[in-house]
Order: sequence, then C-alpha cells, then structure tokens
Amino acid sequence: MLSFLRKRLIASFIAVLIVTMVIFILARLQGDPRTLYTDENLSQETYDALGRELGLDRPLVYQYGVFIRKLAVADLGKSIHQRRPVFDIVLERLPATAKLAAAGFLFSIVIGIPLGILSAVKRGTGWDILGRLFAVLGHALPSFWIAIMAIFIFAVKLDLLPTSRDGGIDHFILPSIALGWAAAGGQMRLVRSAMLEVLDSQYVVLARAKGVSNEQVIFKHALRNAILAPLTFAGLTLGGLITGAIITETVFAWPGLGLLAIDAVRSSDYAVLQGVMIFITFFYLIVSFFVDVLYGLVDPRIRYG
Amino acid sequence: MDVAQDVAIEGLSRRRSGRLVRTLRLFRAYPVFSVAVLSVLLFAAITASWIAPFPERYGELRDRHAEPAIFGGEGGHLLGADSVGRDIYTRLLFGARVSLIIAAGTILVAGSFGTALGLISGWYGGWVDEAIMRLVDAMNAIPVILIALVLAVAVGPSFWLLLGILSIGLWPGFARQVRAETLSLKERDYVDLAKVAGAPTPRILYRHILPGLFSTVVVVATNQVGTVILAEAGLSFLGVGVPPPTPSWGGMISDGRLYLTDAWWVAAFPGIAIGLTVTSLVFLGDWLRDHLDPRLRQLE
Repeated sequence: MLSFLRKRLIASFIAVLIVTMVIFILARLQGDPRTLYTDENLSQETYDALGRELGLDRPLVYQYGVFIRKLAVADLGKSIHQRRPVFDIVLERLPATAKLAAAGFLFSIVIGIPLGILSAVKRGTGWDILGRLFAVLGHALPSFWIAIMAIFIFAVKLDLLPTSRDGGIDHFILPSIALGWAAAGGQMRLVRSAMLEVLDSQYVVLARAKGVSNEQVIFKHALRNAILAPLTFAGLTLGGLITGAIITETVFAWPGLGLLAIDAVRSSDYAVLQGVMIFITFFYLIVSFFVDVLYGLVDPRIRYG
Repeated sequence: MDVAQDVAIEGLSRRRSGRLVRTLRLFRAYPVFSVAVLSVLLFAAITASWIAPFPERYGELRDRHAEPAIFGGEGGHLLGADSVGRDIYTRLLFGARVSLIIAAGTILVAGSFGTALGLISGWYGGWVDEAIMRLVDAMNAIPVILIALVLAVAVGPSFWLLLGILSIGLWPGFARQVRAETLSLKERDYVDLAKVAGAPTPRILYRHILPGLFSTVVVVATNQVGTVILAEAGLSFLGVGVPPPTPSWGGMISDGRLYLTDAWWVAAFPGIAIGLTVTSLVFLGDWLRDHLDPRLRQLE
C-alpha cells in the first residue's frame, strides 16, 4: 500500500509540474505583458522599471520559480477586464459550479445504480434493453446537444422548466440531466456487470436454494457485494463532471467557473483563464488522487497492477 | 390458476420477449448496424464533393432557415438550411469528412506514440517502465479540455492544434493497454527462443511482440475514435475546435443553438449524426473486443 501511495504521489507531482509549466509557457507565448498594459508613449526608463518590477529581466527559470511561489500563496494575478484579483473572481464563481457538479453527480447515482440493478435482475428482457439503451445514448450523444434539445422541448415547446441560470430546484433539472447522463450510463453498465457476476455466484445460488426471498437475495446477498466497484467509480466520475460542467454551463448560462473560462477566452483575459485552469486542475488532481487510493484499498488488483 | 396454465403463460411470454432478444442476438453476432452506419459515413466523407447537393461553403440568404424537405418544407433543402441559408445536409456530409480526418489523424499519432511507449515500458521494465507509467498516470489527471481552451487562446484555434491536443489526450490509453499486453507476450516461449537464437532486441520487438499487440491496439483504437469525435465536437462547440467556415458537427450545433426557436433542425441533425456514429463505434468496439480479445470480454 505504501509503494502504491508513493507511485500515486509521484504521478500527481508530475501532473502539477506539467500543468504549471504549460500555463507558464503559454503565458510567455502571449508576448511581453508590458505591450498589453501600456501604450507606445511610455518612456524607456519606465518600460525597464516595469520589466524589473514584473521580474522580466531575470532568466526564465527564475520567472517560473516566482510563478510557483505566487501560486503557493494563492496569488493568481489580476484580471485585465475586471481589474480585480483573479483569486476573488474564481472564488465567487466556485459555488455555482460545485452545486451543478453535485446535482449531476446525484443524478448519476440515483438513476445509474437502480437502473443497473434492474437491468441485471431482468437480464435479457425489455427492461434490460431499455437500460442499456439509456447507457449507450448517454455515452454517444454530446452533452451539449442533449442540453440544447432538452431546452427546446421542455422549456421552449412545453414551457415546463426554466432554460437557464442558477435558481430554485427547477433550475437544476435540465442541467443535471445533461451533465449527469453520461456518468449515469457508465454507472449503470458497471453496476449491471457487477450484479450479473454476483448473481451467478455460488452463495447466491445457495441462498436461493435455501428459499430466501427474491428481494432478500437481490438487495442483501447480491447488491452488498456488487456495489463496491460502482461506488468507487462514482468518485472517478467527479473529475469528469467538473470539466463537463464547462460545456454544460455555457449552454445554460450557468454563472460558474466554466462560463467564466469561456468569457475569458472570448475577451482574451488570460489571467482569469489561467486561474480557472489552475483551480479545476488542482481539484481534479486531488479528487483523482483520493479516488485512486480508495480504489486501491478496496481492489487489490489495482494496488499490485 | 392451475400449473399447466401457468406454464403456458410463461412459455408464451418467453416466446414474445424471445423474438426480440433473438433479433438483437443476431445483431450482436454480427455488428450489422455498426458496419452499415460507418460504411455510409465513410462513403459520405469520401464522396462529399460529388454527392452533396450544394458546394461546401455555399449559402443562399433567401433560403435562411428553410424548413427540412423531409418534414414538408419547400426550398429544396433535404434537412433544411441554417441562418445564412446553407444546406444542412451538405454541411453534414462535409462535416463527416472533417470528423473522420481528425479521428484518423489522432488515432494514427496517439496510437503510434502510445503503442511505442507502451511497448518500451512493458519490455524494459525497471525505471523506464516506472517513468513512462507515472507519466501516463499524470496525463490521466490533467483535464485536456482546459488545456485545449488555454492553447486556443494563446495560439489561436487551428486544425493542427486540435489534432495535437487530442493526440496528447489519447496516447496514455494506448500505452497502458499495450504495456499490459507486452508484459504477458514477453513471457512466451517463442520470445525466449528468439532470444536464444540471437535475435537483436529491435527485431524481437518488431517481429515477435508487435504482431501480437494488433488486436489490443485495434480494440483500443475503435473505442477511442468515438472519444475523439465527441471531444472534437465539444471543442468545436466551444469555438476552439475546427475554425469556421469549415463545417464541423460540433460547430453546426453551436450555430443552431442561437436560432433554436426559429430553426430547431440546424442543431438537431448534427447531434443525431454524432450520436449514430458514436453508438456504432461503441457496438463495433464491444464486438471486436469479444472476438479479438477474449480476456477483456465482459459478462453479458
């Protein structure tokens, strides 16, 4: 377990290194930041002084070091447009994204797990086919297309649900389905195959032979043993839900990090984009680290693989 | 109710569901649906210039939001026209070409790179293996869509950038599977025999290991094509994929989104095309996995 932890930590460290270097190099590719903020009437002295202030007269490695040091104290620079610290802007938008991701996550669990059980228990019947169709469509249809079509049908044509923006519980329905469908499909497939494996096992056959009722066999004997892998998979989907939220947010005008990133792309506000990227990446890294560790704990094959 | 009746009813219901299941079983025995859809797609992509009713970048403003002919619209557009009067059907055909070129390019680049690294990792083991596998783990923890967004801002969206970023996202999948397969292949007797016979390492890798990896790589590649098509559509939808006016399915959905209430068909049809394509690839991938690589077979 210790060597597994060590391996996992090294991987996380490499990931941090890659992401920060990519961000840093891209920031430098933007060109001299002085040309972005200042006009051509600037005197050479002020220009040089500004360079010294920003550390541009130092070697690149030193500049990277400064960049990392600033990251460590959560200094993400200032937005060109809003003229406010990026950290504050990102923090403001965080709750909306977290709520959306949580809603999508909830949808994937509440729909995916029961559907997987149903599909496995009613194997080969219409229920099974419906369940698997649900899973395949969730994977194959782009989430943003599902979102747009859902808006068209349920908001524009039927006028049942609101189309956009954060709000009451009804505002969550369409976005969480659009965001969570793919994860729900994956969850369903996993629960189904785990349940099938367990339902064929000898202790389930024994329980049935003893005359244990069908419900007891399914929920007590089979489900308890089949649920471990799907529960850890649920953690894995969290990372995907966070990045998936970027796309979902643009469709539903959801005021979260995703919309912030897209607005930053449109207005070339690099500092904000960089801030969002760092935030999401670190969240993603932390989640995937803990999920992997959890996975290793419950499944020895991962640990020794 | 007596037992005979019970049995009769059960038999009847079983036969009814049985027919459906039998038809589906036929479809699983051979990937009929997938091969049909993908053949049409390939045909459309290759012959788009000849079979499309309109030129690639032709729009007639008079036909703005013309209704689809298949739903009784007049104006001669099979699947309708978009906000600048471009034929949706024509754009779908050329969009298929863009999707397939990007998918093929990405799979080629990511597949070769990933296979090579997986092969080296599995064969040499030790610190080489350690280094490559940690890099693979690290890549899995990086959100590729975000990197694509940042890159698109820094250097501007382009075809080659898209190809590059998708390849970076996909090679770890190949490397991981190829490494696992290599680990088992290198224990085979014929590999030992080749070593004893004095074959140099490159020759062993090329002649004895690589052919054994074929089925693994094909299965991974089929599954990844769907991922590429979805990712390309997503990035184009965000405006950082294939730059307009080149028609791409994701870009078309993005266009259609603005005029949803006036012309739902602009966004609807490209999404259906993506869904059909990826569904076919999923089924084909499952079928290939079951027939080429029995160890990966899942319980059905």
